[in-house]
Amino acid sequence: MKRTRIPALAALSCLVLVGPAGAAETATAFIGGRVIPIGRPELPAGTVVVRGGTIAAVGPVEATPVPADAERIDVTGMVLMPGLVDTHSHVGGGQGGDGSGPVQPDVRILDSINVRDAGFRKCLAGGLTTLNIMPGSGHLASGQTVYVKLRRAGTIDDLLYRDAAGRPLGGLKMANGTNSQKDPPFPGTRGKSAALVRQKFVKALAYRDKLAKAAGDPEKIPDRDLELEALVDVLEKRKIVHHHCHRADDIITVLRLREEFGFDAVLHHVSEAWKVAHEIAKSGVGCSVIVLDSPGGKIEAADFSLVTGAMLEQAGVPTALHTDDPVTDSRLFLRTAALAVRAGMSREKALESLTLAGARMLGLQDRVGSLEVGKDADVVVLSGDPLSVQTKVLRTYVEGRLVFDRDDPQDRLFAVGGFGASRDQKAESCCNGPTKVGMMR
Amino acid sequence: MSRQRSSRRLQAIPLTVCLLVAGGATAAETLVVRGGVVHTLAGPPIADGVVVIESGKIRAVGPAATTPVPPGAQQLQAAVVTPGLVDAHSVVGLSGYLNQPQDQDQLDPVEAIQPELRALDAYNPQERLIEWLRGFGVTTIHTGHAPGALVSGQTMVVKLSGNTVEEAVLRPTAMVAVTLGDAARAQGPDAEKKSPGTRSKAVAMLRSELVKAQEYLRKRSLADESKRPDTDLRLEALAKVLAREWPLLVTADRAHDIASALRLADEFQIRIVLDSAAESYLLVDRIKAAGVPVIVHPTMRRAGGGGETENISFETAATLDKAGIPIALQSGYESYVPKTRVVLFEAGLAAAHGLSFADALAAITIDAARIVGVADRVGSLEVGKDGDAALFDGDPFEYTTHCTGVVIDGRVMNTDPR
Repeated sequence: MKRTRIPALAALSCLVLVGPAGAAETATAFIGGRVIPIGRPELPAGTVVVRGGTIAAVGPVEATPVPADAERIDVTGMVLMPGLVDTHSHVGGGQGGDGSGPVQPDVRILDSINVRDAGFRKCLAGGLTTLNIMPGSGHLASGQTVYVKLRRAGTIDDLLYRDAAGRPLGGLKMANGTNSQKDPPFPGTRGKSAALVRQKFVKALAYRDKLAKAAGDPEKIPDRDLELEALVDVLEKRKIVHHHCHRADDIITVLRLREEFGFDAVLHHVSEAWKVAHEIAKSGVGCSVIVLDSPGGKIEAADFSLVTGAMLEQAGVPTALHTDDPVTDSRLFLRTAALAVRAGMSREKALESLTLAGARMLGLQDRVGSLEVGKDADVVVLSGDPLSVQTKVLRTYVEGRLVFDRDDPQDRLFAVGGFGASRDQKAESCCNGPTKVGMMR
Repeated sequence: MSRQRSSRRLQAIPLTVCLLVAGGATAAETLVVRGGVVHTLAGPPIADGVVVIESGKIRAVGPAATTPVPPGAQQLQAAVVTPGLVDAHSVVGLSGYLNQPQDQDQLDPVEAIQPELRALDAYNPQERLIEWLRGFGVTTIHTGHAPGALVSGQTMVVKLSGNTVEEAVLRPTAMVAVTLGDAARAQGPDAEKKSPGTRSKAVAMLRSELVKAQEYLRKRSLADESKRPDTDLRLEALAKVLAREWPLLVTADRAHDIASALRLADEFQIRIVLDSAAESYLLVDRIKAAGVPVIVHPTMRRAGGGGETENISFETAATLDKAGIPIALQSGYESYVPKTRVVLFEAGLAAAHGLSFADALAAITIDAARIVGVADRVGSLEVGKDGDAALFDGDPFEYTTHCTGVVIDGRVMNTDPR
């Protein structure tokens, strides 16, 4: 307790002292690297200018003026791409619902995340800058997910993406198939799983109707119910459902429930999506795909195939990739796309599936996922082609700030591993200098 | 369209295997494998080389320009040809892909010490993960009882072919699997009342059992036959260890557990092979002085949170290799998803983290074969060795390269790009 409290206070003071505005006015220009902007053709030799935490210019070197006050960083021979977006991560030791029941949409994972977890540093070492941190799949609804930006942070609050009203952004984690089947009160079959979910959504519909009819009249307004409130957010499409599903029939069940209740969903993992790619395409629902080194490990993943990404691309399904960290290592997220390409996905779509496609699934496409003027300056500098095993993430920037530098011995430890690479990070380096500030350091 | 084909093929694996076995080349047939580069692992790479395989054995290896090729022989061609890959430690064949009780035979947690358990009696040559590994060029695996009990049983070396284990096996017993550290603690119901409950207890139990085997050996050779003890399979197995016939394969990740393994080897003058060894980089000098080889953990093995592999590094293979310690790489043991790793990928990542291309390739071919005791048969493309080869359409370690052909004993097992 003591250990975590005191650094947290120190970090807050850091933020007050240095705050996001500290770096805001400095401009940085990355000059001469190959630029992979995503969604537009690659630039063999480009310049990316960032200012005030956002991207100010992207273009060919010869046609992109560098502001006089900008720090110039020569990235000739290197590759620049947007910070990676992981649509499905479990970094930070967060927990969702407990063993009391299968449907717990009131539970928020943001109330349990340890931002000092070394996993966050490993994410930055892999070029990840935006995560959807999810509770597990052992429930039909295990709780609310949270979208985070990997800034240097003292508490989870510093990492949150927020809506215009300041509310944290996130979705609702749901699951079907075998993981959520266990002893009562959990379901024992797939039919029971769907019935429990439908029952809860029916209640949420009634709750929503009562709220609507009450029209703010305190006499008629129903008591607040956090579970139903979260589901109303889903029904009103303020929250998207991030749905764990592997088997083809489980995928189709999600589509059926979505059709019945009219919520937005992303299908996650989808080991058997290759069997029902056209049905998924027809529904317009996107898939966030896991790429594993082999099938099996559990019955649902028995028919896992590396071709899923390629098949979904062919069928026209919006497709992202994810780490499911710790199932795959965040430091190797680029590898996930490379293996999808190995099995037939196009290079262009595979790179998009690490970035912009994921950003769209989180509703963050206006802020992240590509190197475009006005978007957040989340930039990854690579030593070479993103799909090569030899390529290293050299630097990661979040909102224009350097948050990972492979030349820094401590950062290198997280990138490569070694003694102490999994330990929680202390606050000892907090406030020691303008670029080494905060709890993530 | 080829993608759809290969996905359908996934469902039809048992059939595919049968067809390949039935339809494979007969022993007398000749296969010529030609590569833009042939990595023989028995000398420098050969540009535009050929490997001639006859009756399952390599008959010639050399430059295409100067190596006679029998007319009319079946030919396979690829940008890069390597020996069939050797996975130095796996549990595939005992630990099935479904991960359900009925296909998990890699560990019997009831007793802590069971060196008499033979891998041979549990290996399922129809296991689907065999085909998966083979698809990426793996032709030989050292597999068997898993880490997770103090002495879990024996390991063996098999080819990834054959309808029965007898057809597949290269070495019926290769090593005896020992685990030190947290994973050796007793498991299951009432685990807290069972031994070993601590590291010291585990080592004490192992020492006691080895001492018992020493006594057994002494009494078995008593002049008075009536005083000789009855045959005891458990002690027979440990007797082979004491006789240095079978090494102990000691899975240990923490530095102090690795040190315990070296101490045991020294006390009993037995052969050991260190396995996984996440913190081995802390003990480089001691491991080198002991002359012990290390089958390094899968490069991508997870660090976990606060577990025994929390200090794992991508660079361990390179660190040990540079120190002159014999190493090999492995797919390891996975208890969940993915059910197995692929040693080709593990070597690729090691090659991206300090291991040279040549050393990384050796760690999954000839060096692995040496450590698991089958280098007379596999691991390099040399005349007289088994006709096992892997074909690639580029640098085998690159993520986007495909394995385009796999040959075992001169039989073409697979030509689908993977």
